[in-house]
Amino acid sequence: MKRVAPYRAPSPGTQPNHLHPPYLSSIKRAPSKPQVPIPYTLSEVTGPSFGTEIVSPQASDLTRGHSAEPLGERIIVSGRVIDENSRPVANTVVEIWQANAAGRYRHEVDQHNAPLDPNFTGSGHAITDAEGRYRFVTIRPGEYPWRNHYNAWRAAHIHFSLFGPAFATRLVTQMYFPGDPLMPYDPIFNCTADEKARNRLISRFDWETTIPDQALGYRFDIILRGREATPMEE
Amino acid sequence: MSLQATTSQTVGPFFKIGLQWLYRDNLVGEGVSGERVTIQGRIFDGDGVPVPDAIVEIWQANAHGKYAHPEDTQDKPLEPGFKGYGRVPANPEGAFRFVTIKPGPVPGPNGKEQAPHIAISIFMRGVLRRLVTRIYFPDEPRNAADYILNLVEPARRPTLIAKKIAGGLSGLEWNVVLQGPDETVFFDLGL
Repeated sequence: MKRVAPYRAPSPGTQPNHLHPPYLSSIKRAPSKPQVPIPYTLSEVTGPSFGTEIVSPQASDLTRGHSAEPLGERIIVSGRVIDENSRPVANTVVEIWQANAAGRYRHEVDQHNAPLDPNFTGSGHAITDAEGRYRFVTIRPGEYPWRNHYNAWRAAHIHFSLFGPAFATRLVTQMYFPGDPLMPYDPIFNCTADEKARNRLISRFDWETTIPDQALGYRFDIILRGREATPMEE
Repeated sequence: MSLQATTSQTVGPFFKIGLQWLYRDNLVGEGVSGERVTIQGRIFDGDGVPVPDAIVEIWQANAHGKYAHPEDTQDKPLEPGFKGYGRVPANPEGAFRFVTIKPGPVPGPNGKEQAPHIAISIFMRGVLRRLVTRIYFPDEPRNAADYILNLVEPARRPTLIAKKIAGGLSGLEWNVVLQGPDETVFFDLGL
């Protein structure tokens, strides 16, 4: 029977441990027993896929769909989804969610005393093209306080969720903004030990995708796990 | 030359905003074959407190043991009404529930069939990279020889096997315990 080509294991420190005590919520939720290593089987190298038809083109513009424009600084967030072997990940769903410009989420759990914006929901999704490209139009999210420790503030960020080609490639992460002074103080940003890996979560200002008189461009490329060996062609 | 995968971050407490559009608590479409099952459970933290802000994702084969994915080249039928994907949030009591069919067996690493199982990802605030586990089925003779189950110490295997709900015909219960003596087995895929 056909051998299942495994996905590459991450380099040490480039992914967070489950327990990161400065992030208090991890203390009672991180598994305490060692995880059981398992080989890759058909169950892990397959995974859900969605047709391009489920994604409406409007869903990638978070500034539309309301009666007026949202408050805040319009931005373009775009990039490529590739794998560790530099291959584009085509036709994969990218989901994002974020706070509004005042740092408030449209969510019943968010009690921050900043205003909601009736013209901003903070939800978007897109599907990558044949080159793995995606593009969102949104507003720059605000920083906001949280209760992790005294005077705790989250650095400005956008949440990202990606499927990739397999159960093994599923990724949920957060994108940050260059020069944000809150990053050194944010235990969620800092939960990954490897500094270079951590800094790859920071988007970069991108003059190429900046639209004159309209919106600044930020580029955020996402790398999904790649196969250990080139899979055999059928 | 190889790149390194982007580092994982917590899904946080507000994921509903971005993930709700793909919530699926019923995986079974029109004309799908197989034994219908409803799987419900609760998620508990290290203090035994229910976790109200978790999200569970489901990936499974159809009743023939075929995945709706191009890398599954087995000569088994696909069913248009069954894609094998589900996504359900926990409610304020830490409970989740989904309706599916019992999958057929799929090939395992030793050339033998694996016992029927569902691949599960769990995300929540406080969890920095997803938790990976499996749901196996009760009264399933193939469990005894399952390659993956046999990698788990016997005392912990029951955490991976759903239990029948008393009196229910097709109801199964599978709880997730994040820490402690009854901690659910989570798998390391190098994730």
